Amino acid sequence: MCLAVPGKITEITPTPGALMGKVDFGGVIREVCLEAIPDAKIGNYVIVHAGFALNILSEEEAQETLSALRELGDIEGELAIGLDPMGL
Amino acid sequence: MRYVDEFRDSELTKILVDRIHRVTKHPWVIMEICGGQTHSILQNGIDQLLPKEIELVHGPGCPVCVTSLELVDKALAIAAMPNVIFCSFGDMLRVPGSGKDLFSVRASGGQVRIVYSPLDAVKIAQANPDKEVVFFAIGFETTGPANAMSVIQAKALGIKNFSVLVSQVTVPPAMHVILGSPQNRVQGFLAAGHVCAVMGYWEYPPIAEKYQIPIVVTGFEPIDLLKGILVTVEQLEKGSHIVENAYTRVVSYEGNQPAQTILKKVFEPCDRNWRGIGLIPNSGWKLRPEFANYDAELKFKVSDIHTQESPICISGQILQGRKKPPQCPAFGAQCTPEYPLGATMVSSEGTCAAYYRYAREEMSS
Repeated sequence: MCLAVPGKITEITPTPGALMGKVDFGGVIREVCLEAIPDAKIGNYVIVHAGFALNILSEEEAQETLSALRELGDIEGELAIGLDPMGL
Repeated sequence: MRYVDEFRDSELTKILVDRIHRVTKHPWVIMEICGGQTHSILQNGIDQLLPKEIELVHGPGCPVCVTSLELVDKALAIAAMPNVIFCSFGDMLRVPGSGKDLFSVRASGGQVRIVYSPLDAVKIAQANPDKEVVFFAIGFETTGPANAMSVIQAKALGIKNFSVLVSQVTVPPAMHVILGSPQNRVQGFLAAGHVCAVMGYWEYPPIAEKYQIPIVVTGFEPIDLLKGILVTVEQLEKGSHIVENAYTRVVSYEGNQPAQTILKKVFEPCDRNWRGIGLIPNSGWKLRPEFANYDAELKFKVSDIHTQESPICISGQILQGRKKPPQCPAFGAQCTPEYPLGATMVSSEGTCAAYYRYAREEMSS
C-alpha cells in the first residue's frame, strides 16, 4: 500500500479545502492533492500515493544515481579483466 | 527522465548483482520493512539473484496486515449499518475479521465502496448528504498525510456526514520491537522509501546506534532495491552501522515538511495494537480532540466486539520475520488469497500473498 507512482504535473488548481492538480501517469490522468508540495510547477515529476503527492522528484539526484552506477560498472569491468589473466 | 524504466535497466541490474556477489563474504540476514518492497523483490526475482549468503526476511510494513482485529471488526459492524456508506482502500475488503470480511458485508447488502484516495470518500460524502460516509483510514506514515487531508478538507467544506476510522501506525516503534526481541535475526534494515519520503530519516540514527545495525533508505524499483541491499551488505562486511540514503531522488533527511505539518495538525501519537504482534506503545496516531466530530469510533459507538483469530494462522511470526510462509502448514492449502485465514495472505503487500503469487514454495531456513 505504500507504493507510490511517479507522474508529471499537467495542471494546478487551487480548490476550496486543498491545493489540487492533474498528474499524467504515462497517459493516465488523475486528480492529485498537491497540498504537501506548494512550490510545485507544471512539468514537475512527483511521486504520488493514494491521490496525494508525497514529493517532487529530483532529476539531479536521479541522474547522479544512474551515473554512479555506470561508473561502478566500469570499475567492476576492470576488476573482472584484472582477475582474468587472459584479459577476456 | 521518466523515473521508471531507467530504474529497471538490465545492465545496471547486472552491475549491482555482480558487485553484491563480489563484496559478500559472510552470511547476513536483511529485513525489508515495507510489504510493497517484499512484492517487488519477489516479482522481480531479486531474492534469486543474490548470493546464497544473503537472506531477505520480510517485515511488518503492510498496513492491511497489522490493522488490529478489533478495528476490522468495528469496520464490519459500522459498514453493516443501514445508513452508512463505508469507503476503504481495496486491499482491506478481503481481510478476515472474526468470522467475515467487508466483501461479505457488501454481499449482504451493506454499502461498501472501494476508493483510490481518501479525498474520493469526501466527495462521496458531499454527493450523499443523507448518508453517513465513513473512510477506513489505515496506513503507515506514507498514507497519513492523505488520510489527514480528508479530514482537513471535510472540515473546510463544512461536511458533517463524513468520519474516519483511524488505524495509523508508525515504523520506528516496530523496528524497536523486532530488534529488541531475543528471537531477532535481523542484522540490517532496508528502510521504507515512501515512509521516509514523508518523514525523512532523522528518526533512524538512534536505532542504528542502539542496536548497532545498518539502516538504508531504499526505493521500490529493482535498481533501488539492489542498491539498498548493496549499501547494507557493504556496511555489514566492514562492521559499520550508520543510516544511509539509497533513494535520494525521492527522500531527504528532513522529509516533506508541509506533509509533516498536515500530520501534526490532525493526529497525535497513541499506543496501537498491531495484529499478530500485540500492543506497541506510542506506535500510531489518532485524531486530535479538535477533530473528534470526524472520529467514526466516537460517532458510531460500536461495542460488544469479541475478537477471534484463526488458531492456525502464524501471521504474527511472519510479520516479525521469524518465520516464512512455506513454514506454515496452512499456506497454499487451507489458506489462499481467495480464502485467507490471516491478513498476510491478503493484499498487494502481505508476505504470504507475495509467496503464493510468485510461487516461492521452497522451505527456507
